[in-house]
Amino acid sequence: MNLTLYVWRQKNAQDKGHMETYEARDVSPHMSFLEMLDVVNEQLLLDGKEPIAFDHDCREGICGMCSMTINGIPHGPEKGTTVCQLHMRHFHDGDKIYIEPWRARAFPVVKDLIVDRTAFDRIMQAGGFISVNTGGTPDANTIPISKKAADTAMDAAACIGCGACVAACKNASAMLFVSAKVSHLVNLPQGKIEAAERVRKMVAQMDKEGFGNCTNYDECEAVCPKEIPVKFIAQMNREFLKAKFKK
Amino acid sequence: MKLDSKIPSGPLAEKWTKHKFDLKLVSPANKRKYKIIIVGTGLAGGSAAATLAELGYNVSVFCYQDSPRRAHSIAAQGGINAAKNYQNDGDSVWRLFYDTIKGGDFRSREANTYRLAEVSSNIIDQCVAQGVPFAREYGGLLANRSFGGAQVSRTFYARGQTGQQLLLGAYSALSRQIGKGQVKMFPRSEMLELVVVDGHAKGIVVRNMITGEITSHSADAIVLATGGYGNVFYLSTNAKGCNVTAAYRAYKQGALFANPCYTQIHPTCIPKSGDYQSKLTLMSESLRNDGRIWVPKKKGDTRPPNEIPEDERDYYLERKYPSFGNLAPRDISSRSAKEVCDEGRGVGETGQGVYLDFSDAIKRLGEDVIRDRYGNLFQMYERITGEDPYKVPMRIYPASHYTMGGLWVDYNLESNIPGLFVIGEANFSDHGANRLGASALMQGLADGYFVLPYTIGNYLARAGYGPPGTDHAEFKRGESEAQNKIKKLLSINGKRSADSFHRELGNIMWEYCGMARNEAGLKKALELIPALREEFWQNVKVAGENEELNQSLELAGRVADFLEFAEIMCWDALTREESCGAHFREEYQTEEGEALRNDKKYAYVSCWEYKGVGAKPELHKEPLEFENVELATRSYK
Ligand code: FES
Repeated sequence: MNLTLYVWRQKNAQDKGHMETYEARDVSPHMSFLEMLDVVNEQLLLDGKEPIAFDHDCREGICGMCSMTINGIPHGPEKGTTVCQLHMRHFHDGDKIYIEPWRARAFPVVKDLIVDRTAFDRIMQAGGFISVNTGGTPDANTIPISKKAADTAMDAAACIGCGACVAACKNASAMLFVSAKVSHLVNLPQGKIEAAERVRKMVAQMDKEGFGNCTNYDECEAVCPKEIPVKFIAQMNREFLKAKFKK
Repeated sequence: MKLDSKIPSGPLAEKWTKHKFDLKLVSPANKRKYKIIIVGTGLAGGSAAATLAELGYNVSVFCYQDSPRRAHSIAAQGGINAAKNYQNDGDSVWRLFYDTIKGGDFRSREANTYRLAEVSSNIIDQCVAQGVPFAREYGGLLANRSFGGAQVSRTFYARGQTGQQLLLGAYSALSRQIGKGQVKMFPRSEMLELVVVDGHAKGIVVRNMITGEITSHSADAIVLATGGYGNVFYLSTNAKGCNVTAAYRAYKQGALFANPCYTQIHPTCIPKSGDYQSKLTLMSESLRNDGRIWVPKKKGDTRPPNEIPEDERDYYLERKYPSFGNLAPRDISSRSAKEVCDEGRGVGETGQGVYLDFSDAIKRLGEDVIRDRYGNLFQMYERITGEDPYKVPMRIYPASHYTMGGLWVDYNLESNIPGLFVIGEANFSDHGANRLGASALMQGLADGYFVLPYTIGNYLARAGYGPPGTDHAEFKRGESEAQNKIKKLLSINGKRSADSFHRELGNIMWEYCGMARNEAGLKKALELIPALREEFWQNVKVAGENEELNQSLELAGRVADFLEFAEIMCWDALTREESCGAHFREEYQTEEGEALRNDKKYAYVSCWEYKGVGAKPELHKEPLEFENVELATRSYK
C-alpha cells in the first residue's frame, strides 16, 4: 500500500517546528509502524535529507520508549498497543497519516518526535519506592499476600511509563501514571507503611513539573497501551485525602 | 599474561562466606570519599548503583535511554530462579548449582556458579521487600513454576513481565538514591571510551546524545553493566539500542574478552516476515510447558496445520528427547528446529518456522486456564502476526537472544584491568556455554545486589580514593579518539546506510557463526567481515552533524564496533574445536547428531587480547577445574 505521511519536524527544543509531507511507498501490511518509518528514513538518508528522529528501543511494547501521536491518538488507533507493536495491516492504501510528538508542557520536544519525559523520573525520585536497603530483608514468604491484592498491585505495576496518558489528556495530567505507582505499592502490605508520605510527595512533584489537573475525561485509560484503568486514580485520590488527615 | 581467577580456597559451599570475611572493607566514614561510575541501568547496573549508593559511595550512572527504567532487562518475560525450595520438591542450592553448571555444558567456574545459586534466595527476599508483585497462590504464599527444562519448580514470576517488575524494583531503589543526591544520573549518554591511568580504570568518555558534547568523567572504579552483544546478528530479541561498544572499547584498552562464541539462540521467537524486519520478538519459553512443538513429517507439506492428521506430524522434540520432550534446553531445541527446517519441513511462508501447538492443552485444561497462564503472550503474538493462537498453532523460530560470552572477570567480577568491574550479561562469568531459562535475571541481580558491593570495596580499600583530574593526558587521548571517529564517520558521505551494513554483517554471522558452525564457514566469515568493514569506512552515509541529537551517527558508531568485534567471535568459534552448549561445531558431533565435547583439550575459558584492528587477537586460556562435579555428557533423552 502507499501512504502519505504528515510528520512533525523540529530541529531542536528552540526551533518552532512544522509539518512536512512524505510519501511511503510499497508498505507491507506485516510491517510495524516503526519499520514503516525505518524504510522512509532510509530513503531520506540516501536522498541526503535528515531522517525523522523518534524514540524507540525494545520494539516489543514493554520499555515505554516509543512515543508518537498518530492521527491525534497517542500510540495510534489500536487499543492496548504501543506504536512499536502497531502493524500496518490496520491501515489502508491511500491513507493520510498525521504523526506528531507527545504534546504537554511538562514534556518539551527535544527533536522531531522525541520529547523529554524526565519529569516522570523526578516524580518517581520524590517517592515512588519502598524505603528498604539491600540486605537484611525477611524471608519472602514471611508476609502472606492475598492473590487478589497481588493481582491488583500487578495490574497497576504494568505501567510502562510511556506518557501516552499525559499526551491524551486535554489538561496534560499525569494522574494515571502517578496513580499506577501509588496503587501498585499501596495494595501491598510492604507499601502501606510509607503510603501517606509517598502520595503527598509524588503529587507535590507532579504539580511542580507542570502537569495539569484531572477532570475525569478518562482519555488516559482509552489510550494506555497497558490498559491501566482509571479506578487507580480514584484510589490515589482516596489515599491523598487520607494522607491529608494524617498530617 | 597470567590469569588469576582469585577463586578462594576451601570447600565449595564455604568459599563465598570465607571470601567475604577476607575482603578488605571501606570504613563507613570513608565511603563518601569514593566515586564510582556505573554504565548501564539494567538489572545488574541498576541494582549495583542503588546498593552502592545506600552504602554511602558517590555514584554516577550513565545510560543511553531517556530513563534508567527502559534498559532491556525490562523485556524478560518468564521468571527468575531461586533455590528456595518453597515447593518442597527437592530443590536446593546444590541442585540449582548443578543444573546451572550442567546446563552450561561444564564450561563455567564451579565457584562462581555455586555463589550464584547461594545468593539466589536473597534476591527474592529483597525484591518482595521492594514491592515486586510476584505471582501468589490463594493462600498468600509465593507461586512457582518449572521453567526451561528444570525438573523442580523454582521459578518466581510476575505474569509474563518478570523482567519488567524486577527492573522497576531496582529502578525504584535507584530513584530513591537519585532523589537523595547520592546518585548522579546521566540519561541519553553513551560511553565511547574507557580511560586507563597507570594501569587502573579511572574514567570514561561520554557523548551527550542530545547536544553531541563529548565529556570525560573520572572515578575511583568503573563498573560496566552494558549487557550483551546479541545484536551482532542484526536480528535478535535485544532492544534496537543494545550494542557492544562499551565492552568493546574496554577490550581495546586491554580488557580480555572471554568466550565470545557462546551466543544463545532462543528457540521460541516469532519468525521473520520480511526484509524490512527490524527485530525479532521472543515468546516466553514458559509456553513450552503447555505447547507441543511439531512440523509435518512430509517435506514441503503446505496444508494448513489443522488439516494435517496426527500421524503425519512429527513432534520431533518428544520423539528425540522422550524424558524432557518439549522442555529440552534452549540450545538443543533451537538446533533441532533448524535441522527440521533445513530438511525442508519448516512451516509458514518462509519455511523458517515450526509449530507450537496449544490445542491439546486447551482440550485438557480449557481455554480459560490457558488464557490465565499465557494471555498476554497470546495477545502479543496475535498483534504481531495477525493470527489467533487459540485457534491456529503459533509459528516459532530460533533467534539470537543472549550472550554468555563477555568481558573476562575474576571471582570478584573484576576484569584484568584493575578497577574495571563487569557485571550482568556484559561479563562471561556464570553460564558457561549455555544459559538456563530464568537465570539471566538471577545473575544480573546477584551481581548487582549481593556480589559487587562486597568485592568492589576490597579494591577501593586497597587502591585508595582520589581519581585523577579529567585534564590528565589519558582523558584527552580518549576524547580525541572519540571525536576523531565521529568526524570520520560524518565525513565519508558514501552511498549506504549504517543499517544496511549492520544487516549484511548480521547475515554473515547468522550464516557462519550462528546455530551451527564449521571450519570452512568460519574462515569464510573471517574474509567477509574485514572486506565489509573496509567498505563501511569508505561508503557509509551518516546524516547531520555531531552537535545535535543524531540517531544515524549513534547507529554508525555502534555498527563500526560490531564490524570489528564480529571477528573475535569467529576466531573463538574457529579455535574451539569441540561442540559444547550453544557452540555447535558440525565437525564435532556424535552419530546421533549430539554435541561432542572435548574436555581434555577444551575445558578452558578462551580469553582474547586485542592486537589491533584486523589482526588476530591473542588467545589466553584460563583452565577450568572441576573438584565437585563430574564432567558428564549432557543427556536430555
Ligand atoms: S519501543 Fe519499547 S515500548 Fe515501544
